[in-house]
Amino acid sequence: MSIFLDENSKVIVQGMTGSEGMKHSQRMLDSGTAVVGGVNPRKAGQSVSFEGGHEVPVFGSVAEAMEATGANVSVVFVPPAFAKSAAIEAIDAEIPLLVVITEGIPVRDSAEFFTYARSKGTTRVIGPNCPGLISPGKSNAGITPANITGPGKLGLVSKSGTLTYQMMYELADIGFTTAIGIGGDPVIGTTHIDALEAFENDPDTVGVVMIGEIGGDAEERAAAYIKDNMSKPVVGYVAGFTAPEGKTMGHAGAIVSGSAGTAQAKKEALEAAGVKVGKTPTETAELMREIVKGLA
Amino acid sequence: MDLYEYQARDLFEKHGVPVLGGVVAEDPAAAKAAAQQLGTPVVVVKAQVKTGGRGKAGGVKIAKSPEEAEAKAAEILGMDIKGHTVHQVMIAAGADIAEEFYFSLLLDRANRTYLAMCSVEGGVEIEQLAVERPEALARVAVDPTVGIDEAKAAEIVEAARFDAETGAKVAPVLQKLWDVYREEDATLVEVNPLVKTGEGEIIALDGKVTLDENAGFRHEDHAALVDSRTEDPLEAKAKEFDLNYVKLDGEVGIIGNGAGLVMSTLDVVAYAGEEHGVKPANFLDIGGGASAEVMANGLDVILGDEQVSAVFVNVFGGITACDAVANGIVGALQKLGDQATKPLVVRLDGNKVEEGRKILADFAHPLVTQADTMDGGAAKVAAAAAGK
Repeated sequence: MSIFLDENSKVIVQGMTGSEGMKHSQRMLDSGTAVVGGVNPRKAGQSVSFEGGHEVPVFGSVAEAMEATGANVSVVFVPPAFAKSAAIEAIDAEIPLLVVITEGIPVRDSAEFFTYARSKGTTRVIGPNCPGLISPGKSNAGITPANITGPGKLGLVSKSGTLTYQMMYELADIGFTTAIGIGGDPVIGTTHIDALEAFENDPDTVGVVMIGEIGGDAEERAAAYIKDNMSKPVVGYVAGFTAPEGKTMGHAGAIVSGSAGTAQAKKEALEAAGVKVGKTPTETAELMREIVKGLA
Repeated sequence: MDLYEYQARDLFEKHGVPVLGGVVAEDPAAAKAAAQQLGTPVVVVKAQVKTGGRGKAGGVKIAKSPEEAEAKAAEILGMDIKGHTVHQVMIAAGADIAEEFYFSLLLDRANRTYLAMCSVEGGVEIEQLAVERPEALARVAVDPTVGIDEAKAAEIVEAARFDAETGAKVAPVLQKLWDVYREEDATLVEVNPLVKTGEGEIIALDGKVTLDENAGFRHEDHAALVDSRTEDPLEAKAKEFDLNYVKLDGEVGIIGNGAGLVMSTLDVVAYAGEEHGVKPANFLDIGGGASAEVMANGLDVILGDEQVSAVFVNVFGGITACDAVANGIVGALQKLGDQATKPLVVRLDGNKVEEGRKILADFAHPLVTQADTMDGGAAKVAAAAAGK
């Protein structure tokens, strides 16, 4: 199995007809994802031809696309200024899974649409500012390269896109049930804990790699969760030991404020919870590989 | 982006939060004129720096005449407070303070909501109060879709244990501070102290505001709040190129793609550098695109840092293709010509790695060394930066 996304996932793309949307819809189709529609009110009724003989219809709204195609996942590529209204539209249509790729959304907008999703209780939000998630060999909702590795038995949850790719590459020999990039913004929908819980309950996942970075205390809370709830092994990696206080390191949420949010504190919390933490991505992968060998 | 106190004061005033008169001055003569303009018997001359502890450092002084304000401003301007040079002072009207309170509104990342913190014991180090007497600091969750309405304001003042009369005066001010928070796209609004005067008025005496830079597209006026004098020149140059760059204090220049991978690269270089006594010199994320132009701009910024003695380019091609990155490096070195004098260690992996590595091998530039792995590259560049 996998988490959140599987072979039955039917994906629509909000912002499919834009340049990013077109590029990544093609990539999702190439990796075997069922991309069943796009949403753009100005192009409703048209369809878009993709390489490989795919003809994807464009709908006027998320609700119409779901009605016509049975879509259960929406991937959002619309620009920051319009992302909130796109998300609200999808939440109103009660899409089960909403993956917001867009980077640079004001935190107020994310806080508002996430609060709305939480109050409705019918949509899981992943992101924003994330690569999305991939269940290799089944479906790919977002921008993760599908050719790094195939299906396998590890779970991966990460705040960072490129570190997700790096770790998938390092552990390509074992493969993944699902790799999920939860995003580097201060407000994100699905957390490390949500993903850990789902991996714990997924019978095909034998262990989880968790990648964190400076800012906030999500890793510390995940450590407490692991200690109390996880029976499966978790290996951790934290980026940003050399980050100076008060500077945003690329991701809007990656900032050490005073003494809060440091990589050292996160590492210590994870280790105190019994999680092995690697010094480098390669060492982290090696720790996981050793654990998997021990399980066989 | 953190604002200066006077900028926060102006935003408060714009949204109807009660504040005292305050005028910013960049030289003593302007300070004198400001004191005259305010016309109160006492003014306070306050250093404008984005750090705490101004008072203790001697950056806040009382003046009883415009001449005295001029003299105090002359003392404060140019001071160094925790590494921040004072370029401006705010001349603020004196206040008759009866009581001091605390209020802040911020993002609660863990709960993905907003958090109001309020105390009847203001004017002190709030972090200290939170640790020593947490019961004295009320914490009230604020729903982002509702904000601080009348009911929420009443809940906050009650939780902070204001007396009924004072609470009734404070509550409407909290609603106005919510307007500042939401309408200006702030991620922090802090008032410390929020004061009650001898006449029973509530006034925001000192404010701290952080604005969300991602919301700049709907606040054209926010660009003017940036103080270019305090920006690092290399960071300012990188910003012109639209590059995500942070200057650090080290010898190894770093270029990578993706914020997480670049942070990780810094760490890996720091470990490798321990042996050689070298550290990472910067954070630079070139993002998804890695054209020759972006790479040249990145190298231009990094080589402009005199401390840098070697550069590590660490790219994992996800969407980015390694051949494009390699062409970018070739183009950048051709463009820089003789200006490129420092060794470059390049590690490429992922999408089109074979093509990328071949391009660099064929280019055979004397300054470029390739590495197969991230850890291996870090070891090579640390040695190169140390001159080995």
